[in-house]
Amino acid sequence: MRPDPPVLDLSNVTKVYGEGETAVRALRGVSLRVERGDYVAIMGASGSGKSTLMNIVGCLDVPTGGTYHLDGTDVGGLDERRLAIVRNRKIGFVFQSFNLIPRMSALANVELPLAYGGVRAAERRRRALAALDRVGLAERVHHQPNELSGGQQQRVAVARALVTAPTLLLADEPTGALDSKSSEDVMNIFDRLSASGRTLVVITHEEEVAAHAKRIVRLVDGRIVEDVRVAPAGGPPPRLAEVAS
Amino acid sequence: MNGVEVLRFALRGLAANKMRSALTMLGILIGVAAVILLVAIGEGSSQQIQQNIQRLGANSLTITPSTSGGGGGPGGFARAAGGGGGRDGGQAGRQNTGPRVQARDLTVDDARALADPANAPSVKSVSPVVTAQAQSAAYEGASHSISQLVGTYPSYFEASNKPVAKGSYFYNDDVLAARKVVVIGQTVAENLFGAVDPLGKQITVSGVPFTVVGVLKETGSSGFQDADDVAIAPLPAVQQSLTGFGPLGQILVQAKSAEAVDAAQAEVTEVLDQRHGITGSASADYRILNQATLQETVSAATGTFTVLLGAVAAISLLVGGIGITNIMLVTVTERTREIGIRKAIGAPKGAILGQFLAEATMLSLVGGLLGVLIAVAGAQFTIAGVRPVIVPTSIALALGVSVVIGLFFGSYPANRAAGLRPIEALRFE
Ligand SMILES: Nc1ncnc2c1ncn2[C@@H]1O[C@H](COP(=O)(O)OP(=O)(O)OP(=O)(O)O)[C@@H](O)[C@H]1O
Ligand SMILES: [Mg+2]
Repeated sequence: MRPDPPVLDLSNVTKVYGEGETAVRALRGVSLRVERGDYVAIMGASGSGKSTLMNIVGCLDVPTGGTYHLDGTDVGGLDERRLAIVRNRKIGFVFQSFNLIPRMSALANVELPLAYGGVRAAERRRRALAALDRVGLAERVHHQPNELSGGQQQRVAVARALVTAPTLLLADEPTGALDSKSSEDVMNIFDRLSASGRTLVVITHEEEVAAHAKRIVRLVDGRIVEDVRVAPAGGPPPRLAEVAS
Repeated sequence: MNGVEVLRFALRGLAANKMRSALTMLGILIGVAAVILLVAIGEGSSQQIQQNIQRLGANSLTITPSTSGGGGGPGGFARAAGGGGGRDGGQAGRQNTGPRVQARDLTVDDARALADPANAPSVKSVSPVVTAQAQSAAYEGASHSISQLVGTYPSYFEASNKPVAKGSYFYNDDVLAARKVVVIGQTVAENLFGAVDPLGKQITVSGVPFTVVGVLKETGSSGFQDADDVAIAPLPAVQQSLTGFGPLGQILVQAKSAEAVDAAQAEVTEVLDQRHGITGSASADYRILNQATLQETVSAATGTFTVLLGAVAAISLLVGGIGITNIMLVTVTERTREIGIRKAIGAPKGAILGQFLAEATMLSLVGGLLGVLIAVAGAQFTIAGVRPVIVPTSIALALGVSVVIGLFFGSYPANRAAGLRPIEALRFE
């Protein structure tokens, strides 16, 4: 029996923005495999291509060259309709700027991916409430984004990303706009998700945040220059392991 | 993601910008209401005109003397004295178009000749008519100026479509004996008698006593002229006492059937041409008004009128539609980020397309329905002297068009929204 395919398998991915004189080579051949259950932090200087990489991994953008397999399927060969399904079922995306839909309650925001996924209303509500409970916002479900603090908004965004039980949870500087207390809250949620076997890829500037990951990848000028494993992919994340010991 | 869900999203989108949604709807509302109301006014005035023509009588031909044909006949002064059929001022405006022929007036002898079945087999009845206008009538202190006093034969009642509501017509005997009996219209009855039963009472018309034998059925006011302000009496009685034995104001001919009207017209023309000595290119000194032809002509004209009104209104509907496109474009631009977020969490293209199309359609449908309500309410009032008559197809059409407009004008912005790549939409500022 063949082993599980890696959740993420990038090979020699390149991305060029624009063309001619002004062309920017944001990614210059990135190859990366992420196994199921791993917790990867991607670090690098500003402009090194982290967000570009993340957008490709999240199927929000298409690479200029190279191939990308998500959970065994070649994403490059999918049409728009299938891509929407992949985004909906396999990927949960957390943005630096939260990206909640204004004038919709936290609950409605979290229900939205389920609605697009065709889940029935009652089931949707139950799962959305459970996800909000997991991020500690059971009390705030009927508040609209503008009635929540930044940290709370980001936790709603995390709830929205994990409510569909995606194969892969992506976060682009999830703590970039948060203070240290709120950052702690979010990172604790990520630790627990990782401990429960979820696959996470997190972009960050902060060593403190990267210290939660089991593996740290460093990008410089669109290339991977360092790939360090801190803890085994199958085990608990390092911070939780510390607490346990 | 079902239909109800898409509608809910659309509704939420519209509610987020109530003022804007309301103003956009107003554009469609005005367009739809204008189409329905203007078509209703066109239809109403058309029906009113048709009714007025029908009042002339079924299958009837009206012959009047024509001033444009012939030359100085002897009838002018007599007509001026008798107020012959409202054709005053004819003397001054007389023009000659054909060779000069002695123009002859219409006479009772003309009428007799037309009534001869040998000459005119398609003619059912012939009624010579003299008219005296603005005759002052009085009954026991009450007085009233009758706008039209008609002197004629009994066949006039049927030919001119004037049934009697109370009492009876007068008969041929009354005509032969020149009895001073009269059938009066509703307006006259009300003004002279009020609640009193007019039958058998004697009224004086310009000092001459007439006995009322009947009251005409009410016909309703026909625009500028009150068709009920009339009195009808035997021809010789009116000639004796009021107009003198001059020429006739008109001759009313009734054809045997609707199909026989054209044949009757040909026969009448032949008889009159012969009697009046009209030959070849000479233009006739009389004119025949054919009710059926008149009706066709007028209905064609009013039809054009209604279409024109509708077209003007349709333009305002189009403008309303452009308003929808405009607002939807603004909405899409404004909400590009939101579209990006929705796509990033896996919204299929159809759901985005559906949401914006539903928003546009809802704008136009709600605006359209309100427009129908307002048009129906507005049609209850008389507008510019016309009672609008709502044409049901105009409602269906205006509503249908407004929904199509929503779909059509909404589809461009909606397509643009749905076609955006998620990352482009997310980066949009
Ligand atoms: N849409 C775009 N068009 C053109 N160039 C772009 C675009 N997006 C990114 N770039 C360029 O690609 C390079 C990588 O950008 P990217 O956003 O991936 O950096 P990053 O590592 O996420 O930086 P940061 O830490 O500041 O977020 C940069 O030089 C940037 O200028
Ligand atoms: Mg970035």
